[in-house]
Amino acid sequence: MTIEILMPALSPTMEEGTLAKWLVNEGDSISSGDLIAEIETDKATMEVEAVDDGKIGQLLVPAGTEGVKVNTPIALLIDSTESPHTSIKSIADKPYLEKEKITTELKIEKTVTLEPNSSIITVREALRNAMAEEMRSDKKVFVMGEEVAEYQGAYKVTQGLLDEFGNKRVYDTPITEHGFAGIGIGAAFGNLKPIVEFMTFNFAMQAMDQIINSAAKTLYMSGGQMGCPIVFRGPNGAASRVAAQHSQCYASWYSHCPGLKVVSPWSSKDAKGLLKSAIRDPDPVIFLENEVMYGQSFSCPDDDDFLIPIGQANIEKEGSDVTIIAFSIMVGKSLEAADILNEKGIKAEVVNLRSLRPLDIETIINSVKKTNRAVTCEEGFPFAGIGAEISAAINENAFDWLDAPVNRVTGKDVPMPYAANLEKLAIPQVDDIVNACSEVCYKS
Amino acid sequence: MKKNISSLVKNKSKMNYDLDLLKDMYKKMLLIRRFEEKAGQLYGMGKIGGFCHLYIGQEAVVVGIQSAQIEGDSIVTSYRDHGHMIACDMDPKGVMAELTGRVDGYSKGKGGSMHMFSREKGFFGGHGIVAAQVPIGAGLAFAHKYNSNNNVCITYFGDGAANQGQVYESYNIASLWQLPVIFVIENNKYGMGTSVNRSSAGDNLSDRGKAYGIESEIVDGMDIIAVREAAIKAIEYCRLGKGPYILEMKTYRYRGHSMSDPAKYRTRDEVEKIRKTSDPIENIKVLLNKMGVADKVLKDIDVEIKSIIADAAKFAQDSPEPSPSELYTDITIN
Ligand SMILES: Cc1ncc(C[n+]2csc(CCOP(=O)(O)OP(=O)(O)O)c2C)c(N)n1
Ligand SMILES: [Mg+2]
Repeated sequence: MTIEILMPALSPTMEEGTLAKWLVNEGDSISSGDLIAEIETDKATMEVEAVDDGKIGQLLVPAGTEGVKVNTPIALLIDSTESPHTSIKSIADKPYLEKEKITTELKIEKTVTLEPNSSIITVREALRNAMAEEMRSDKKVFVMGEEVAEYQGAYKVTQGLLDEFGNKRVYDTPITEHGFAGIGIGAAFGNLKPIVEFMTFNFAMQAMDQIINSAAKTLYMSGGQMGCPIVFRGPNGAASRVAAQHSQCYASWYSHCPGLKVVSPWSSKDAKGLLKSAIRDPDPVIFLENEVMYGQSFSCPDDDDFLIPIGQANIEKEGSDVTIIAFSIMVGKSLEAADILNEKGIKAEVVNLRSLRPLDIETIINSVKKTNRAVTCEEGFPFAGIGAEISAAINENAFDWLDAPVNRVTGKDVPMPYAANLEKLAIPQVDDIVNACSEVCYKS
Repeated sequence: MKKNISSLVKNKSKMNYDLDLLKDMYKKMLLIRRFEEKAGQLYGMGKIGGFCHLYIGQEAVVVGIQSAQIEGDSIVTSYRDHGHMIACDMDPKGVMAELTGRVDGYSKGKGGSMHMFSREKGFFGGHGIVAAQVPIGAGLAFAHKYNSNNNVCITYFGDGAANQGQVYESYNIASLWQLPVIFVIENNKYGMGTSVNRSSAGDNLSDRGKAYGIESEIVDGMDIIAVREAAIKAIEYCRLGKGPYILEMKTYRYRGHSMSDPAKYRTRDEVEKIRKTSDPIENIKVLLNKMGVADKVLKDIDVEIKSIIADAAKFAQDSPEPSPSELYTDITIN
C-alpha cells in the first residue's frame, strides 16, 4: 500500500505554496492528526496534519521548495511494516520522483513596470503602508475591527500595526459590528480619526444603521457642526466560492447616500493614495477593497505624502472606439478585455473610476464624447447599480454624442451561488466585457 | 459543572445507562468525526471550495442534545453546521454533495458548506452571518407556540456570536413572550483567533440570561451524558411553556476556525491536552468497553462508518454540477 500525500489547498484562493519545513523524516511512523509539514501561503504559515496512518516512505519535495502546486504529491505514505523506499519502485518512473526537477518556479505574472521613486508592492502592503504612515503623522488616527491586532488581520492587511503602534492605537473588537461602528462614529464626533475595518463588507450590513443614520446624516442635521472623520474599510465584492452571504458588491448601496464618500481602489497606487486621502478627509469615507486583489503587485510611489484626490477618475488606457468604465477588480478585467479587443481592431479606452461618490462625471463624459460608445463594468447586481447611474449621467450629458446605447456588464441578477460552474456564470468575466464592447461597436 | 465520563464510569448506577442509546450516540459522534475528516481531506484536494468549518471535538454537544429531542422540534445553527445536519439524520451523501457544489446536495449546490437546510428534518440552516440564526431560532419557537404543537426550537451559536446585539434582543423577546427556545451556546473558547476572555466581559456567557429572567446552566460539553441530561431538563422546561432556557456548553474545536486558519493564537499543547484527556468519542468508547461491549463490536461500527463516509465522498464527486439554468431558479417563488 502506498498513499500519495498531496500538497493541500489551505485557503479558497491558494493555487501553490512553499513547503517551508518537514516535521517528519523518512521512516517515521505517523497517525492521523500528526503534524507532518509547514506550508507557507501568501497569507500565512500553516501546519499540515496527516489524514492517514502509516510510515513516511519518501519525502518527494525538499523543504524550502517554493511554488509547489496544490495536489502535487509531496510525500509517500507506506504500510508501517514496509521499509522506506521499497514499495515505491512501481511508480518510480513518475517525473515527480526526480526531486531535482521541482525547482523554485515563480508564478508568471504580468510584468509590472517599475515607475520612478516607486516600489513594486502588493495591494495589501500598500493599504498597510497607507495606514501606518498616517498613524505615524497623526496621533488621532487609530484602527479597530475584528482580528486586526493580535491575529494581524483576517486578510493580513493590518499586519504589524499592533507591534508598531501598540494597543492604544490598534483594537481587536468583539464580533459586534453595529456596536463598534457606532463607537467609531462617536469617537469621530469626539475629534478622533478612526479607521474601522470590517472583516468583509458583508458584515457591515449589521452596522448599516449607524453608517447611514449616524455617520452620513449628522453633519446635515447639526447644521454643519458635527463632522464625522471616519474611514470604514474592508474587502467588498465577490470572493471565491463563499456563496451568497459572503460574496456581494455593496458599491451602489453606499453610493446611494448623500453624506458619504465612496472610493474603491484597483492597484497598489490607488490603494495607497486613496486610503491616505480617505484618512485625512473630514467626512465619512466608505473604502471598498477587494480580497482577490490583495495579493496582486503593482508599482506604487514611495512618497509619504502621495495622495490621490477623492472624486477623480484615472484613464488607465487610451483608446478611440469605446469607453470602458470600471472600478476595483473590474479595471484589471477591462484592461485584459482591451487587449483582446485591440486584436479585433477595436481601440478601447479604460476609465478607472477610483471614486464612486463623488463620481467624476467630467472624465467619463469627455471620454464618451471622444469614443461615442460606453460600457460600464461592475460586480454588483444590475438593478439600480453603478452602471445604471453612469448610464443616466451619460444620457443627461452626452446623449447627442452616442452612437449606440450604453451597455452594462454586471454580476448576474441572482444571489451568488456556491457551485463552481454557477459562480463563474454569475461573476462578470473578461469575455463579457469583450462581447459588450463588440456589441456597442456593432461588430459582434 | 457535571461530573465527566471517567467519574461516571466509577459510579455504578451510570453503568446502567441504556446500552443501545450509548451505542447509538457513539456511532453518531463517530459518523460526524469521520465525515469532517473526509471533508477536510477533500478540501485539501480542492474538491471543496470557499470556507469549510469543521466540528471536530464538539460532537458530544449536538448528539447529546439531539438524543433529547422529539419529532417536530426545529434546529438552527451557524456555518459550523455539518455535525448538526448529520445529527438530524440528514443524509451524509447530500451534505457532502453540497460541500462539493453538486446538484445532489441539499441546496442543489447553490448554498455550500455554510448554507444548507432540510425542512423535512427540521433543520433550518446553516447561516453564514454570525448570530443571525439567534432571532431566527426565537422566531421558529414563536411559530411552535403559535401553532400550539408542543415543539421547541434548539438554537445554537458560538461564544463569539454571544456578543452580538441581536442575541440580547432575542433573549428579551423570548422571555417576554415565553417562547419555547433553547439557546445553546457552543463555547469552544475561541471566535476565530480571539479567545472568549478577550472578547467577552463578565464571568460566564450563561449569566447574561439572568437580566432577562432566563434560566441557564453550564454543562461539560465534552461529556455526552451530561449534555443529554441537561438537554432533557431544559427541553422539558420549555415544553411546559415556562419560556426560554440557556445551555452554555463548554466544548473545544480541535481544528482551525476554517481551513485557512494558521491557529497561532493557541499552543499545540493546549489542543493535544484536551484531545488526550477529554475527547468525547474516546471517553464513550472507554465507557462502552467497561460496560462489556467487545472490541470487535466497536471495530465493526468503525468499519460500517468508514464505508458510509467513503460512499458519501464518492457520491459527492460523481454527482454532476448543477445545470446552468439553475442560476436563475429559486430567487423568488413567483
Ligand atoms: C456578522 C459577522 N461578522 C463576522 C463574521 C466572520 N466570522 C465568521 S465566524 C467568526 C467567529 C465566530 O466565532 P464563534 O461565534 O465563537 O463560533 P465558532 O466559529 O467558534 O463556532 C467570524 C468573526 C461573520 N460571518 N459574520
Ligand atoms: Mg467559538
